[in-house]
Amino acid sequence: MNIITIEHIAKIYQVGMEEVHALRDVSININKNEYVAIMGPSGSGKSTLMNMLGCLDTPTSGLYNFKGHNVSLMNDNDLANIRNKEIGFVFQTFNLLPRSDALHNVELPLIYAGVGSTERKERAAAALDNVGLADRMHHKPNELSGGQRQRVAVARALVTNPSIILADEPTGNLDSKTGEDIMTLFNEIYSQGNTIILVTHEEYIAEHAARIVRLRDGLIESDETVNKRFIPEKKESV
Amino acid sequence: MKNFLFELKEGLYISFKAILGNKIRSVLTTLGIIIGVWAVVVMTMAIRGIDESFQTGVASLGSDNLYIDKWAWFDNDIPWWELRNRKNLDMDNYNQYVDLAKLPLAIAPSVWTNQTVKHEEKLVEFILITGTTDDYIKTTNLSFEQGRFFNELESNGGRNVAVLGSEINKKLFPLGDGLGNFVKISGRKFKVVGLLEEQGSWVMGNFNPDNQVFIPIQNIFKYFHSQHFRSITINVRAANSQMVEDVKEEAIGIMRRVRGLKYSDRNDFSINQQEGLLNNINQTVGVIQIAGLVITGLALFVGAIGIMNIMFVSVKERTKEIGIRKAIGAKSRTILTQFIAEAAMLCLIGGLIGLFLATVTSMIIAQMDFPSKITPDSVILAISVSLLVGIFSGLAPAYTASKMDPVDSLRYE
Repeated sequence: MNIITIEHIAKIYQVGMEEVHALRDVSININKNEYVAIMGPSGSGKSTLMNMLGCLDTPTSGLYNFKGHNVSLMNDNDLANIRNKEIGFVFQTFNLLPRSDALHNVELPLIYAGVGSTERKERAAAALDNVGLADRMHHKPNELSGGQRQRVAVARALVTNPSIILADEPTGNLDSKTGEDIMTLFNEIYSQGNTIILVTHEEYIAEHAARIVRLRDGLIESDETVNKRFIPEKKESV
Repeated sequence: MKNFLFELKEGLYISFKAILGNKIRSVLTTLGIIIGVWAVVVMTMAIRGIDESFQTGVASLGSDNLYIDKWAWFDNDIPWWELRNRKNLDMDNYNQYVDLAKLPLAIAPSVWTNQTVKHEEKLVEFILITGTTDDYIKTTNLSFEQGRFFNELESNGGRNVAVLGSEINKKLFPLGDGLGNFVKISGRKFKVVGLLEEQGSWVMGNFNPDNQVFIPIQNIFKYFHSQHFRSITINVRAANSQMVEDVKEEAIGIMRRVRGLKYSDRNDFSINQQEGLLNNINQTVGVIQIAGLVITGLALFVGAIGIMNIMFVSVKERTKEIGIRKAIGAKSRTILTQFIAEAAMLCLIGGLIGLFLATVTSMIIAQMDFPSKITPDSVILAISVSLLVGIFSGLAPAYTASKMDPVDSLRYE
């Protein structure tokens, strides 16, 4: 099933007198239960693309269709709604609320979705259990290790059962061992039937994905399906 | 609606944490609101107290009363020297008026003097002694704790009898054995025949019946000063409020005759009324109210600016948090609610502290015999004022926060 259809989108930023073409002409389709890595050097437009995919921003031109809804035409409220219900974010810097404990952080999307207190707590607890943090529910982010924080963020992304998980450099702030653990967690999540979009510039992280999209200068350079998933294997870049 | 409630609850929860997280800053910020709310509550309390005292004071005069006097109480049109040059009213004027007046319910003359009143070792100085006749009681609303007013016989015969106001009684006879006992008024022995109930009017000062002693008018002239030393006042009571104007008209006519005025002469007496007093009081209270409103309004305004300022800081500091919240689905409305809730909560805490301080203040003031009381509506006033100020001062910062771009605010460090 097709979740994301993007046709010829462009994003132009006005920086002073100059126009910056962050995305020039990008078309991409993402289906349910795909595991896509978006790669590219800095300035390639991958962050902009991620913001588009995450409905944090709307394109200057082109069509973005999310599960049949035209995102390009949505107002702020609709965008907030779709982010809340359909998208789970995992950030490089975790982006947890520092004053709230793990449970409340995971509850937050459910609060905005209008889920009642009892059900909310149950679901948040289950999501934390799912990432192996059942015993850390009442710890604040500063009482958790980097890997644990990222697990809380993953639990928060999963708790609303979103259509896609959008992870932006999820291992960027972690050491390689912990990074691998997080990637293993993503693999599990993927095997549970979720759709994952991973933005990274690390080749070995991207290789966890089943499909790699490479961007350069606001255009798609390549879009290839890697059949042998989960098997780290050196490859020539195209 | 359900969503809004959850968002509000989350907003309050987060505000609570934010306020606790910045204790010193929160306390300093709310100081303005604390002072503002304190000022509002104390001010309304004081104004109400003053107003009530005025009203009870005036009411104790009775609304159906007229006072025929040499002096005009409130008439600013007559120059002071003209008032001073008027002939004193004397007992002859009074007697003739009594003979001619048909309409009044009761008429009594009164004249005052300040004397020292003593019982054994206890003494009170510079006390207003009112000399009058037995009819005086019919022109007032005075009530008795014990005993009675002096009667016709005592009045006409100029007996040494006295009626004490409650304050005087308390000071001279703390044991409550005043009735039937004796007091010395500047050395003259008087028997106490009546004790007045407390009238409780604070504004009337020395004119408050609580601080007065009443004796037969003859005795004033006999012991303290001559008949012509000071003008007497003729106290006139109409049967009811509708009659007041007629009684006044009649009084003017009779008095002009009694005083032998020609057709072209101006009145050389004044008919005073409680109404004049009331107008004056209402004006005074009105001015106090406006002044109070302006002062407290300013205090609150300054407080509101403080809150607004700190909310802008808070919004700036929490840009990243706002980004996170928006990314996971908070709407602009949610963010707006959250920051308004925070400002309102800050102000509410300040308001409650202010209210507490105002209560303490009112207790202290009450100790000093100044009328003041905390009523449920001052509580409601304090809470609603602080909530309003909170919402008002939170509006602009919250709006700024709600309009932040999620991408930019997520990137903010």
